[in-house]
Amino acid sequence: MIASSTLNTNCLQMRNIHVIAGFYILLTSLALSACRKDPKPVEEVVTQLVADPNSVAKGFYLVNEGNMNMNKASLDYLDFRKGIYRKNIFNEANPEVVKGLGDVGSDIAVYGSKLYVVVNVSNKVEVLDVNTGKRITQINITNCRYVTFHKGKVYVSAYLGEVGDPTAPNGIVAQIDTATLREEKRIEVGRQPEEMAVVGDKIYVANSGGYSPPNYERTVSVIDVASFKVVKNIDVAINLHRLKADKYGDLYVTSRGDYYDIPSRLFVIDTKTETIKKTFDIGVSNLAIADDIAYYYSTEFSYQTGQNTITYGMLNVKDEQLLDRRFITDGTDKKIMIPYGIAVNPFSKEVFVTDAKDYVSPGTLYCFDSTGKQKYSVTTGDIPAHFAFIY
Amino acid sequence: MKTSCLAIAGFVLLLMCFSVHGQEQNPADTLKRANELKEVQIRRIKISRRQTSSTPLQILSGEELQRMNSLSVADAVRFFSGVQLKDYGGIGGLKTINVRSMGTNHTAVFYDGVQLGNAQNGQVDLGKFSLDNIGEIELYNGQKSTIFQSAKGFSAGSSLYLNTKTPEFKDGQTDHLRAAVRGGSFGLFNPSLTWQKKLSDQIYGSISTEYKHAHGRYKFRLTNGVYDSTLVRKNADIETMRVEGGIYGRLPDSSSWNAKFYFYNDEQGLPGAIVNNVYDFPQRLWSRNFFFQSHYKKETGRYQLMASFKYAHDYSRFLDPNIVKDDGLTNNIYKQDELYFSVANRYQLSPIWDVALSADYQRSTMDANLYRFPYPTRHTGLVALATELHMERLNIQANLLGTLVNDQVEQYYSAGKKQELTPTIMASWQPFSAKEFRLRAFYKNIFRMPTFNDLYYTLIGSTFLRPEYTQQYDVGFTYLRMFEGQLLSQVSLQSDVYFNKVKDKIVAVPGASLFRWSMQNLGRVEIKGMDLNVQTAWTLGPQLHAAAGLTYTYQQAINVTSRDLNYRNQIPYIPLHSGSVIASVDWKNMGFNYSYIYTAERYDQSANIPENYVQPFYTHDLALHYNQQLSNKNIRLSAEVNNVFNQYYDVVTNFPMPGRSYRFTIAYAY
Repeated sequence: MIASSTLNTNCLQMRNIHVIAGFYILLTSLALSACRKDPKPVEEVVTQLVADPNSVAKGFYLVNEGNMNMNKASLDYLDFRKGIYRKNIFNEANPEVVKGLGDVGSDIAVYGSKLYVVVNVSNKVEVLDVNTGKRITQINITNCRYVTFHKGKVYVSAYLGEVGDPTAPNGIVAQIDTATLREEKRIEVGRQPEEMAVVGDKIYVANSGGYSPPNYERTVSVIDVASFKVVKNIDVAINLHRLKADKYGDLYVTSRGDYYDIPSRLFVIDTKTETIKKTFDIGVSNLAIADDIAYYYSTEFSYQTGQNTITYGMLNVKDEQLLDRRFITDGTDKKIMIPYGIAVNPFSKEVFVTDAKDYVSPGTLYCFDSTGKQKYSVTTGDIPAHFAFIY
Repeated sequence: MKTSCLAIAGFVLLLMCFSVHGQEQNPADTLKRANELKEVQIRRIKISRRQTSSTPLQILSGEELQRMNSLSVADAVRFFSGVQLKDYGGIGGLKTINVRSMGTNHTAVFYDGVQLGNAQNGQVDLGKFSLDNIGEIELYNGQKSTIFQSAKGFSAGSSLYLNTKTPEFKDGQTDHLRAAVRGGSFGLFNPSLTWQKKLSDQIYGSISTEYKHAHGRYKFRLTNGVYDSTLVRKNADIETMRVEGGIYGRLPDSSSWNAKFYFYNDEQGLPGAIVNNVYDFPQRLWSRNFFFQSHYKKETGRYQLMASFKYAHDYSRFLDPNIVKDDGLTNNIYKQDELYFSVANRYQLSPIWDVALSADYQRSTMDANLYRFPYPTRHTGLVALATELHMERLNIQANLLGTLVNDQVEQYYSAGKKQELTPTIMASWQPFSAKEFRLRAFYKNIFRMPTFNDLYYTLIGSTFLRPEYTQQYDVGFTYLRMFEGQLLSQVSLQSDVYFNKVKDKIVAVPGASLFRWSMQNLGRVEIKGMDLNVQTAWTLGPQLHAAAGLTYTYQQAINVTSRDLNYRNQIPYIPLHSGSVIASVDWKNMGFNYSYIYTAERYDQSANIPENYVQPFYTHDLALHYNQQLSNKNIRLSAEVNNVFNQYYDVVTNFPMPGRSYRFTIAYAY
């Protein structure tokens, strides 16, 4: 095309042409280098770990929360018997789901043949086939947080019953039928309810009130399943979060404190009397109970140093005593930046701890044997958090 | 995909062919010749400022700005090299500038010479500054290449200057009026009016006002190759109003002064991240900005003086119906006040040696109806001592900036006092006797203070924070060549290589829960980059002119914070390659403009893994302008098509950008 230009060919103009040609080449290469790849679902990544063919439990699903607004909630599966870790299985199993699992996976649980994944910002409970990970349906619940089960029903806590109504700050617990997978009814509880546990025919819900500091909630709501009514509110402490039942009919409830002056604490509620039985003067961020032992960790921010302090510990739930034992004994705890999830294999008593790092990077799952030594570690999705064992 | 890429490449080539296919020159009459020469000279002056600056300088001004497909300052700065615009999409979406990967907070934005402050978050939303009244945009890496400036001028990693149109009157003219209406996609309705008046021989006045309304809706597409849905971006409505005015005067000793006010008011929807199952957003934002500023400058004689004053008040209200508290919906109100004084002095010690002393004081306060808010007041004192040697072929400037910051709070903890002393040195050298080629280099050590949000935001802020430092090393050259009577009449080239280090980068790190993040001085980033800038002007015929420019940026910006986490990965949202092309052709009273933006693949989080991969994007914009001159009146019609190939893309993950859109303008001026 340059040759076709009607130009005189004196020396200067030859140089001129070189400049033009150079300019074209630059432009063309810029335009050509600009090509996009065809989009495709992000592929599953399989990591070989230590196989345990005799494992009683088959494995577990792990939901990675993903940082808010990033739409990076993801689902991983650890197969104990084959010793393989499958990272990011949802997208390949369900490539047709627009924008995948969604934003901020906040809980996961198995009931019967179905896997329930609560996705908080995506306002839904994803119901999957527990064997294939394929979607069965999606149940929409705005701002849902945690899930539990009782007698063929699914119970989901949600921060708000309704959004946009200034006079409705309370949260709810929704009841969903496991056969029809439809919400049947819902009940108002305290503000911003978090974890739930079932003891006997009652559902206990920890209320946080986290939207309205310093006016946090202080109670555990008690729902009678038969009448589906709140029959009592047990006063515990501000800003409750975790709620786990042991096999002796006690509830272990954590208070987050106010992050400033009131520290995090652990409380034991006796469900027979529905009163506080014991207070542990330790901060607890998360805990898992297997048989007689509760495994916990704590992350506390100090206004004196501007840093986090992380501790790990164990306690006996039978006689409610702190133990001297540690569940990480080989120094791996120093490598964990932010412990975020904890689970215990009820048969092997292996402890699983996840590290959420800086919340915007792939996390790490650590497995510790019953003596506290690291058995293996594997890279997970972002903010690995919640476990559901498959037996 | 591949074929469309080729088509695009072909299109670019075709366009360039078109731009060089000149017509045989007709003998031009003397008047037109004179006009042309004048035009060339004007261009020459602009470019020579670019040439001689010791720090890399890029300018968009006058006609160039008008003909680009740009509504706001944000649209225009995308064409600078070394710049990434963080754009949340749509007319109202937040748009901030990140220069050479150091982070938004390291770029100071100056409006008519005085910095636009934002003590709350240190960022300026460039989408809120209309181009309607902007005459010139300059971007300096490092700082403006002069020692005669306010101490604030020395205080940032890079500086963006927005200069409004100043009144100019030729013989016999006493006033100018410009009325324009813009409309098009997104339901845009955007009338504006500017009136400039010669009040006396020495005093000019100007007033400019603008209204903008848009429903903001646009289509976007989501696909992973299996699902493929096209949806409509909603809740992006915006209504804004701007009024600004100024008085410009000249005193008998030829010193100049001005005083101006600026008022901006808007209400907008705040569409959030498009994530699975969430496509509708009830959040809303109201903003109100007011400032008054005044400036005096005496630039004659051996002793020269400059003084400025500013008062600013900013208000914003954020409503989130999705978060219902015990006392109703979340309704946060933020108010900021700023008071600023500046004095700069320059003394010429000898014909080649100047010294300057500048001192600024700024007082910023913030008020918010937040739980445990400490109500901070920040006093900032800046003193800059600078010197300049300006010889025929060598220019050397050096300065030392002292910064004193004292934060006071009404309750809880304050960040207290901080003192910093930071140097800059820069040089520009003409190695040969010919003036076309110059070498330049600069070193700058500067920091940004933690913002009020970094320090005091409830549950997140940390008063332990130290400033975030940057060090910049830059070496480059400029080259300018004119060709008399040639098809290619002018080529100008500038290119720089640079190495930047960011240390003590302020990042949010997790605490006990997702509710309890904290800010810490953790990050370290190393940036190696290259900027290239080519501008060409073509005289294809007596009435046929063309201009073409290209920018290219290479940036390796890697995270060197910790060997344990994403070590040496490219930091989020910084592409290795990016660039732009602008080409224009003017024939008689018609003008055609083509612009192209290219941003290569990036990652949206620290880990460079497939889950975090963000597709490259490239947009082609076209504009056609028609001018009709009726005696001294001018009517201008413009039609623009943006993103011609309707490419769907995200600049920020989950904040989709618009596809193809249209804009039409009719403007009347005398």
